[in-house]
Amino acid sequence: MVGAVTGAALQIEGLRLAYDGGDILQGVSGRFPAGMLSAVVGPNGCGKTTLLKAIAGRLRPRAGNITVSGMDNADVAYLPQSAGFDRNFPISVREMVGMGLLRRIGPFGRVTQEQADRVEEAIAAVGLEAFAHRRIGALSGGQIQRAMFARLSLQEAGVILLDEPFSNIDAHTTQALLRIMEGWSGEGRVVVTVLHDIELALRHFGWTMLLAHESVACGPTEEVLTHDNLHRAQHLCDACAADRNFWAAA
Amino acid sequence: MIYEFFFAPFADYAFMKRALVASLTLALGGGPVGVLLVLRRMSLMGDALAHSVLPGAAVGFLVGGLWLPAIGIGGAIAGLGVALLSGITSRATGQMEESSLAGFFLIALAAGVLIVSLGGSAVDLRSLLFGSVLAVDDASLLLVAGIATLTLSALALAWRPLIMESFDPDFMESAGAGGGSWHMLFLVLVVVNLVAGFQALGTLMALGLMILPAVAARLWARDVFGMAVIAGAIALASGYCGLLISWHAGAPSGPAIVLVAGAVYGVSIFAGPQGGVLRRRQQSIHRHG
Repeated sequence: MVGAVTGAALQIEGLRLAYDGGDILQGVSGRFPAGMLSAVVGPNGCGKTTLLKAIAGRLRPRAGNITVSGMDNADVAYLPQSAGFDRNFPISVREMVGMGLLRRIGPFGRVTQEQADRVEEAIAAVGLEAFAHRRIGALSGGQIQRAMFARLSLQEAGVILLDEPFSNIDAHTTQALLRIMEGWSGEGRVVVTVLHDIELALRHFGWTMLLAHESVACGPTEEVLTHDNLHRAQHLCDACAADRNFWAAA
Repeated sequence: MIYEFFFAPFADYAFMKRALVASLTLALGGGPVGVLLVLRRMSLMGDALAHSVLPGAAVGFLVGGLWLPAIGIGGAIAGLGVALLSGITSRATGQMEESSLAGFFLIALAAGVLIVSLGGSAVDLRSLLFGSVLAVDDASLLLVAGIATLTLSALALAWRPLIMESFDPDFMESAGAGGGSWHMLFLVLVVVNLVAGFQALGTLMALGLMILPAVAARLWARDVFGMAVIAGAIALASGYCGLLISWHAGAPSGPAIVLVAGAVYGVSIFAGPQGGVLRRRQQSIHRHG
């Protein structure tokens, strides 16, 4: 629990986020400490992805601010829910993972031996050694996600944002990905994951923000995901009340 | 006999020699750029851009006659203008870029035809629409060669970011690797290559030597670099064979070149090892057998 000790964290204060259609989130406040896995939990349509986009700098807040304190490295790496690329693109796993180093190498720079080794290490860390030379079109959904994690880890960002990284992923791969994420937080990074699955949050995530158009609660998971808080969330957000699966699990 | 058939037309006639050099030079730059167009799923957008070149080319034509540098500069301005305008419009209105581009290219095409008709003759319009590679002069040849050199240099320098931006523009943007500027560079490369292809193949088929070799190469190559090399080779062969056919059969040169590239694509659909019909059938027999 590095963050708990050092106080390094991502801080959100009075955040209001809106698209053209109107407010999605308002009055969102809370913090995500470095060194532990944080979850953002809430029903569909409550603004989880919107919050992540704002932290990633892709959506400008109408009010409030987002700050990173106590960390030298405030770079943000973001894994969207659905990858916006063509799965049939003729590119190898090695090339795709290597993109994570692009910012360091620069558009025209040469790849050094040390950098090439790091790409191989990242591929090995997600268990895809045997697939490094394969085209991404030959991978399963779970293997693609492993490759995305490898690319993400090469970005060496202090803040890592994951949007529903386990949807359509088998249980075995989910465990493997969770171990990689624990590795990141163990290095003192802020790791924020949008989750739809309360069970998963309770079992693996030490810190949680419960979202329903506003931040209902934010803190240690077992203190946040209480019956009372969930009940309050359901009342705060009419539109999201339709997400029966979520409330059934809650 | 072989010499007579395959080489004499180019050795004996200066205009055939120039046409050959123009086609081959065009192929060198256009092949790889076409590969990027196909990989970005922008093949049809490229076609729309090719037609947008017309009004600028028409103005250039009225000023300088059938002289490629004037036509080229006018065409490049019109093509880039349409690309920019449709980009700005789609951002301002929230309309899909594909719709705004379709709107602007039709306006541009109609304006182009109008300008040539009012200022020139029917023959001029034909050569602008369908090209006249047999009438390439030295200045035009220099322009085409310059564009090919520029294209290959830009591709050699920026190959990696251009490919990566084609593959995952979202990532390039979020990783702070300058997503948008690579897209702009790419659009410029497309437009200048369209301008180069303009005199040989005309505004209706300028894309022929870019797209057909690229979609064919996709069925043969395993990676992007292989695709670019194969597309370049197909484009070179199409230029040479197309001119030869046009000479011996008395057929118009532009369509002949594009049709040769089309024939290669037709063969690739069946024989290509990367997803060709025959290979797929073979694999499914293995799976079921």
